[in-house]
Amino acid sequence: MRGEVLLTIRDLRIEGRSGDTWSEIVKGVDLTLHKGEVLGLIGESGAGKSTLGLAAMGFARDGCRISGGTIDFDGIDLRKASEGERRALRGKRIAYVAQSAAASFNPAHKLIDQYCEGPVVHGVMARDKAAADAVELYRRMRLPNPDEIGFRYPHQVSGGQLQRAMTAMAMACRPDLIIFDEPTTALDVTTQIEVLAAIRDIVRQFGTAAIYITHDLAVVAQMADRIKVLLRGVEVEEADTRSMLAAPREDYTRSLWAVRSFARPEQSQATGTPVVSVRNITAGYGTVDVLKNVSFDIHARRTVAVVGESGSGKSTTARVITGLLPPREGEVLFENKPLPPSFKARSREQLRQCQMIYQMADTALNPKLRLRELIGRPAQMYLGLKGRALEERVRELLAMIELEPDRFIDRLPGELSGGQKQRIGIARALAAEPKLIICDEVTSALDQIVQEGILKLLDRLQSELDLAYMFITHDLATVKAIADEVVVMQSGLVVEKGPKSEMFRPPNEPYTDLLLSSVPEMDPDWLTRLLASRSGQA
Amino acid sequence: MNGGLKTVGNGGQMSDVWRMIGRRLLFGCLTLFVISVVIFGATELLPGDLARQLLGQSATPETLAALREQLGLNAPAPLRYWNWLTAALHGDFGVSMANKRPIADLVSARLGNTLFLALYAAALAVPLALILGVLAALWRNSWFDRAANSLALTSISFPEFFVAYILVLWLAQSGLFPSMVRITPGTTFGARLYMSFLPALTLTLVVTAHMMRMTRAAIINLLASPYIEMARLKGMSPLRVILRHAVPNALAPIINVVALNLAYLITGVVVVEVVFVYPGLGQLMVDAVTNRDIAVVQAVALIFASAYVLLNLIADVLSTVTNPRLMHQR
Amino acid sequence: MKVLLVVIAAVAFALALGWVFRAAAWRLAPKRHTLVFRDMPLTAAFGMAVILIYVVVALFAPVLAPFAEREVVGGQYLPWAAPYLLGTDNLGRDMLTRLIYGARNTVGIAFATTALAFVVGSILGIWAAVLGGWADQALSRFVDALMAIPALIFSLLLLTIFGTSITTLILVIAAVDATRVYRLARSVAQGIVVMDYIEAARLRGEGMWRLIRREILPNAMAPLVAEFGLRFCFVFLAISALSFLGLGIKPPTADWGSMVRENATLITFGDVTPLLPAGAIALLTVAVNFVVDWQLHRASGLKE
Repeated sequence: MRGEVLLTIRDLRIEGRSGDTWSEIVKGVDLTLHKGEVLGLIGESGAGKSTLGLAAMGFARDGCRISGGTIDFDGIDLRKASEGERRALRGKRIAYVAQSAAASFNPAHKLIDQYCEGPVVHGVMARDKAAADAVELYRRMRLPNPDEIGFRYPHQVSGGQLQRAMTAMAMACRPDLIIFDEPTTALDVTTQIEVLAAIRDIVRQFGTAAIYITHDLAVVAQMADRIKVLLRGVEVEEADTRSMLAAPREDYTRSLWAVRSFARPEQSQATGTPVVSVRNITAGYGTVDVLKNVSFDIHARRTVAVVGESGSGKSTTARVITGLLPPREGEVLFENKPLPPSFKARSREQLRQCQMIYQMADTALNPKLRLRELIGRPAQMYLGLKGRALEERVRELLAMIELEPDRFIDRLPGELSGGQKQRIGIARALAAEPKLIICDEVTSALDQIVQEGILKLLDRLQSELDLAYMFITHDLATVKAIADEVVVMQSGLVVEKGPKSEMFRPPNEPYTDLLLSSVPEMDPDWLTRLLASRSGQA
Repeated sequence: MNGGLKTVGNGGQMSDVWRMIGRRLLFGCLTLFVISVVIFGATELLPGDLARQLLGQSATPETLAALREQLGLNAPAPLRYWNWLTAALHGDFGVSMANKRPIADLVSARLGNTLFLALYAAALAVPLALILGVLAALWRNSWFDRAANSLALTSISFPEFFVAYILVLWLAQSGLFPSMVRITPGTTFGARLYMSFLPALTLTLVVTAHMMRMTRAAIINLLASPYIEMARLKGMSPLRVILRHAVPNALAPIINVVALNLAYLITGVVVVEVVFVYPGLGQLMVDAVTNRDIAVVQAVALIFASAYVLLNLIADVLSTVTNPRLMHQR
Repeated sequence: MKVLLVVIAAVAFALALGWVFRAAAWRLAPKRHTLVFRDMPLTAAFGMAVILIYVVVALFAPVLAPFAEREVVGGQYLPWAAPYLLGTDNLGRDMLTRLIYGARNTVGIAFATTALAFVVGSILGIWAAVLGGWADQALSRFVDALMAIPALIFSLLLLTIFGTSITTLILVIAAVDATRVYRLARSVAQGIVVMDYIEAARLRGEGMWRLIRREILPNAMAPLVAEFGLRFCFVFLAISALSFLGLGIKPPTADWGSMVRENATLITFGDVTPLLPAGAIALLTVAVNFVVDWQLHRASGLKE
């Protein structure tokens, strides 16, 4: 069913500037795309997939430059073409859908005005015809109130709807090629399904060719005919979607699955007094209640995963436990004794027992302190270590998180990779010798392979040090890997709680099942089947 | 954070904006009140009191007491403040100590002259600065941008009197423009424009540089936004990207920049008026400070500060009105 | 035509000075700073060279000046000829000598004022940001109200009341400028206070002083240093303006602002002498601004 060739990229090289030196981000990649075909580009951060996608439009971001190779779009050499000629193609024959629709729509203009801009400026159709067309495409993208939604400003529309409106906008001139740059990464899983389905339908209806960029293999499996895997600017392998999923040739491709397979067995039943008990907490900001009557226990040597989509109140729960947000009602018990609501009223000993690891290691570590002080400070403060003993302890902690003490002890956070920074966050928490560690989305900003390393480390530390974890996450794969108990939250309420083994076996509460069924699976027919079964139920 | 802080505004859209504008107005009034207290209260800090200040070394207890009685200094400070403020609100600032004339008479003619000069300079500077700022952003890192930037930085760094004297040396020496401004009630508008050209040009040069740099910065700040990249990827021309996609979102900072600089014009006139012997409020204030004529200094300071607050207030309201997020709530 | 030639010559000289300074600095600087100096723009190099020259002149004024600061050496308004290289002023004092001493007086006073404004403003600003709550609100609203009085006007008001001695001048200008520093320091610190590492430090139970000293100040230094440069320019220009108006540094102390005022009549005769002290002021502010601009550009570039 392959049509004629639409896009040919040969030996493409792109350089990026860091400071005053240029280094290659894309190192000689070939790519061929046929009319009406969807190619998935997959890789971790820094693989150069977005850069490559933009280069297919003859575009390089500020601080990047295309330094070698050819880009041929339907007989036009994009590298030799003038900027004016390229501009005439962009938006008209090659369109782009960005990762964050909320940031990529101009906040100053209505959606429909932004839709019409392309067709009118490119002279494809007149303004009133374009507006009528917009409504039609909004309808096809299954947006609510298609007649009216275009007259809203971007901030008045939800993220999932914006992403669909952006896809409609990309379709405005009926392009031959659309670049989708991680269009669903910023969305919650339940929203992601709708957007994926809408994108797939419209691309098929118009027979548009597409390059679909993502880091999520399960997502790309639903969307792409072929998949190309990139690693640090070099192609690892390329194959049909089905054959790649069935039999990946390269080790690296196989390792992308790996984190999904890491799972530790559920630990024995909880016994004894819980380390921390959350009892009927109602809390919020201003007059709004973000948490409503939330209760659960965390026992030693166990991991309680708190799961929910954005706005469900999981991080707020952590703020109540740490005392940053005193609750309106209810209390937090530590080993059956109530903790003062505000951290300011808690004793050093109480503060020491509960430590926190943050999602963004970049903002959680003071960039001007060396690791010696970063890790040493809690030990110095809480345990009174000084001089040699402190130094020994810092080295011990560095060894515990698998970083070589001699090489790292005098570094600044800026000199570490993302995964290493997160390890320092863990070491800082351990330095206080706490009983409970709250992990707030600690792996979501990391690549999958790095994630796996962190999860394994946390697991090992737990069994060595008898720690209790409260693990906040929106990623059900992580829950599957590490949790003993699961607490599912939705709009400030605990929907369901229980051991992991029960939770992953339907039937559960409807919301839990919706959440579980929305997690993409590594099966090209998963989305089709899911949509069929959901429409069957409705 | 999980968006827990986000509160969704609902209900009447416009009423929220009006409430916000109302709050700004209230805050503006409050600021003016505090300023009037500071200006009045400053005299309370005088070593000794006003009467002693006026009479100096020659004071005898009798003359001091008489003068205190005459100036109403024996009343408690809050009462005196109240009398001073209510009189000022009615346009009565008292009597100058230096020449015994009512301050209102001294101020009224000069206020018009100063406003004329400030508006003149603003009319030249604002369009010039905005156009240059947009062009510098459009051609950023080009030779034009670098030259404009260096030039702007240089002229910001120059003291006003330096710029003024260079212009005098250059344009007044050859007899093109007068280096002193003599305005009488009979002066026609055209003659006024001609005579005030050099002071207006001096102010324009100083203010334009500031405004241009900040306009450029406000626009360039936005150029890294994803929606600007989106506009470029939709095939829009650089000029359209800037004018249609960047400028509407840079309006609030640009409005503030303009207001800030117009406010600066009001104080910048002080030095320029002295150089060109321009009969404005600035001259009056400098003379009053030299003579330690407290009542006049207070009056002029109050007028300058009010103008300043008013400008900032207008800027605040305008930037509220141009923000789609505030104007069109969910 | 003549004006154009003068401008071109001045720009060429400035670039040459910058080039020479950059070449020298790059070779003399310690290893790890070599790159920084080599890639600095000519404008910044020129700025640093000028600042260096001013510092030397200010420090060695008595050695460099041909006459004493307040010595009447000849007739009034003598033309530029040896031994009075730049002529004499309205009282018959040597212009060059007074220019050299002016570097010491004017720049020194401006520097002391800026330093004072800075210490007071930044400590209060950071403290308010860390404290938050109503104390921060009260202080900030009060500062806002003070800032609503234009700086020059406020200074004039205060100088009327306290008189115009050098000490009051320094205190008044420092007080007025401290409000501006406060605002910047507070907003910089507010940006830092919301970081997770500050939350972590608070949850650890760290005290206020340690929070400011180890967690906030090191991260606030870069913008504060740049602000110091800008503030210095403002203060320097403000003091010069006041002196020019006859309300700042008083004769017979040699000061550039009042030198312009005293000799301004010469301008009407086409004599450029009064422009020399004005130019000396302008040159230093240009130089500082060029260096600050480069630093700000570098700081924003490094973030990318």
